[in-house]
Amino acid sequence: MDFLTLIQILDSSVRLATPLLLACLAGLFSERAGIFDIGLEGKMLMAAFFSAAIAALSGNAWLGLLAGIGSSLALAALHGVASITFRGNQLISGVAINFLAVGLTVLIAQDWFQQGGRTPSLLDGGRFSPIELPFAIGPTEAEAAGRPLSRLLVEAGPLQQAYSELISGHSILVYLSLLAVPLTAWVLFGTRFGLRLRAVGENPAAVDTAGVSVVALRFAAVGICGVLCGIAGAYLSTALQAGFVKEMSAGRGFIALAALIFAKWRPWYALGACLLFGLFQALELRPDVLEAIFQTKIQGQLLGALPYIMTVVILAGFVGKAVPPKAGGVPYVKER
Amino acid sequence: MEKMPKWADVVLIPLISLLLAAGLSALVILAIGESPTEALNLMIEGALGSTYGWGYTLYYATNFLFTGLAVAVAYHAGLFNIGGEGQAMLGGLGVAYACLFIPWPHWTVALLFASIAAGLFGATWAAIPAYLQAKRGSHVVITTIMFNFIAAALLNYMLVNILKPEGSFDPATARFPEAVHLPSLHEILLPFGINFSKNAPANVSLLVAIVACVLVWLLIWRTWLGYEIRSYGKSETGARYAGMSPVKITMIAMLISGALCGMMAINNVMGEAERLVLNATEGAGFIGIAVALMGRNHPFGVFLAAILFGFLYQGGAELALWTSIPRELIVVIQALVILFTGALDNMVRMPLEKIFVALRKEKA
Repeated sequence: MDFLTLIQILDSSVRLATPLLLACLAGLFSERAGIFDIGLEGKMLMAAFFSAAIAALSGNAWLGLLAGIGSSLALAALHGVASITFRGNQLISGVAINFLAVGLTVLIAQDWFQQGGRTPSLLDGGRFSPIELPFAIGPTEAEAAGRPLSRLLVEAGPLQQAYSELISGHSILVYLSLLAVPLTAWVLFGTRFGLRLRAVGENPAAVDTAGVSVVALRFAAVGICGVLCGIAGAYLSTALQAGFVKEMSAGRGFIALAALIFAKWRPWYALGACLLFGLFQALELRPDVLEAIFQTKIQGQLLGALPYIMTVVILAGFVGKAVPPKAGGVPYVKER
Repeated sequence: MEKMPKWADVVLIPLISLLLAAGLSALVILAIGESPTEALNLMIEGALGSTYGWGYTLYYATNFLFTGLAVAVAYHAGLFNIGGEGQAMLGGLGVAYACLFIPWPHWTVALLFASIAAGLFGATWAAIPAYLQAKRGSHVVITTIMFNFIAAALLNYMLVNILKPEGSFDPATARFPEAVHLPSLHEILLPFGINFSKNAPANVSLLVAIVACVLVWLLIWRTWLGYEIRSYGKSETGARYAGMSPVKITMIAMLISGALCGMMAINNVMGEAERLVLNATEGAGFIGIAVALMGRNHPFGVFLAAILFGFLYQGGAELALWTSIPRELIVVIQALVILFTGALDNMVRMPLEKIFVALRKEKA
């Protein structure tokens, strides 16, 4: 395997890790505030549909992104009402949200577009196109030279290859999601809001005694979770792919959940876990490379299942212990 | 003192939740430009209007009976088994092995041993999450979700690489031998002079599922083990103080739950398809959650809820056939039922409790 192939695999790992990372950080906010969220998948799916649908109708990817965030927020609000206001079972609420998204997206897509539960393919304006950083070799350079891009890349030096393929040429949402990691770390560990948010996930009674509203903090966390899931969904349908297809989130919400546990509810670890799981997904698409490395056929199914298997091993506590926020999943009842 | 009478808790709340879900579904149908009453008529006609419709309704209901009972048993022990889908997939694998590689003399023997194989495979798949929950405190919900995905990958591998007959492109096993063919309701009812539709997939597993209902009722309310399971589910500390073993109860409840999910395979794999295909479970493991919630985790309630969901499934298929309403409408209804009977239970309960307390005060 040559250097360029390695770079290309890492490049697609980053692409595939982006929705995982956004959803993982979304779950991080929610679970750190003591609200379990197994509805990440549903929120992503809903956002994927609405952003693709609005982008297709308006021809504007940003409007699509807004619509995606809005729809994801609506489901987040439902989760908040069920689990905070009515103190219902957070896991059951998450299950319901996942099904609601699977059903509603196809139902509305069929009603709006009559294309068997999908949106029309998005044209250029409706998509987040790749951003070419300065000095990188991209389609413009290839056009100027009048030669195919792949040839130019092969001829370039290793540093230029890495820069052009791996660092340049992603959509703005990829860079945004990478920025979200330090931002999350700062919000959670560097601000008063973050301190309170973490406290409400460990000991809500103490926060309440200090005169801070548990309900408001938890709703804020669930809201942030909704926004991040919305961006993740929009990325799926308007950047990674060009349009919505039925059940396109394909279990990513659950892989993000796995990554969250794998990362032990910490932002920087989450980045690592998501990149690793993104790499698995990228390798699943390139069986030829795997065969070349290991000299034997590796089953794609094994790679697909690896994130889940690793999460179970971590959960079992054989490799370090994953300790969830203490008050996670428990509705807070104010004492009278 | 209880805030409201038992009948309100058992009948009134699920009924109101169901009406809320139905009302919202009607709004959804209206929103996509179809008539809810016409849709309901079509569903009733398609699911209950002929023995063919009934045959499908009861076939789906059989699946949901197994998975619903499974969720209910785990729920009584305070465990939320969301891994029914994976356990049912593994059950299918068990049935496939039992039917393909052992020459059974008669379907009765085959059914007995296929049930055992399905139950064993399903229970095995539930055993690891159960053990991790009992011994290491890993949350059973998360591990069972992970095991669903691992099961899907495993099944995919087994069908594509190992069980697929040579020369076939279809990721499925070979057809089971004729000897393991389970009698359909048509064949069972014919001697009684009832001409049940020949083409409907409902089969003898329905009776097995009903027997399972009775057995689960006996287990939960008439045995010492059931008492332990319920006490543990109500109060872990209480059960521990009474000398019950949390590890034992968690393991047993999850193993029974997994076995019940696995046994669904005698209906969908052995009874209907007569071979193991990819995605044979069709989400029935998840519908078990809705069925158990709706049925208040009581076997009789689960029975009624399973029939209701069987009706919704068959009716929904008919709707998709005759109108522009896609099958996914059923998924929306299912989600709403889970939402109202499960997560938003208090939304219905709190105002009702207030009404009953007010009524009692007036009387006093």
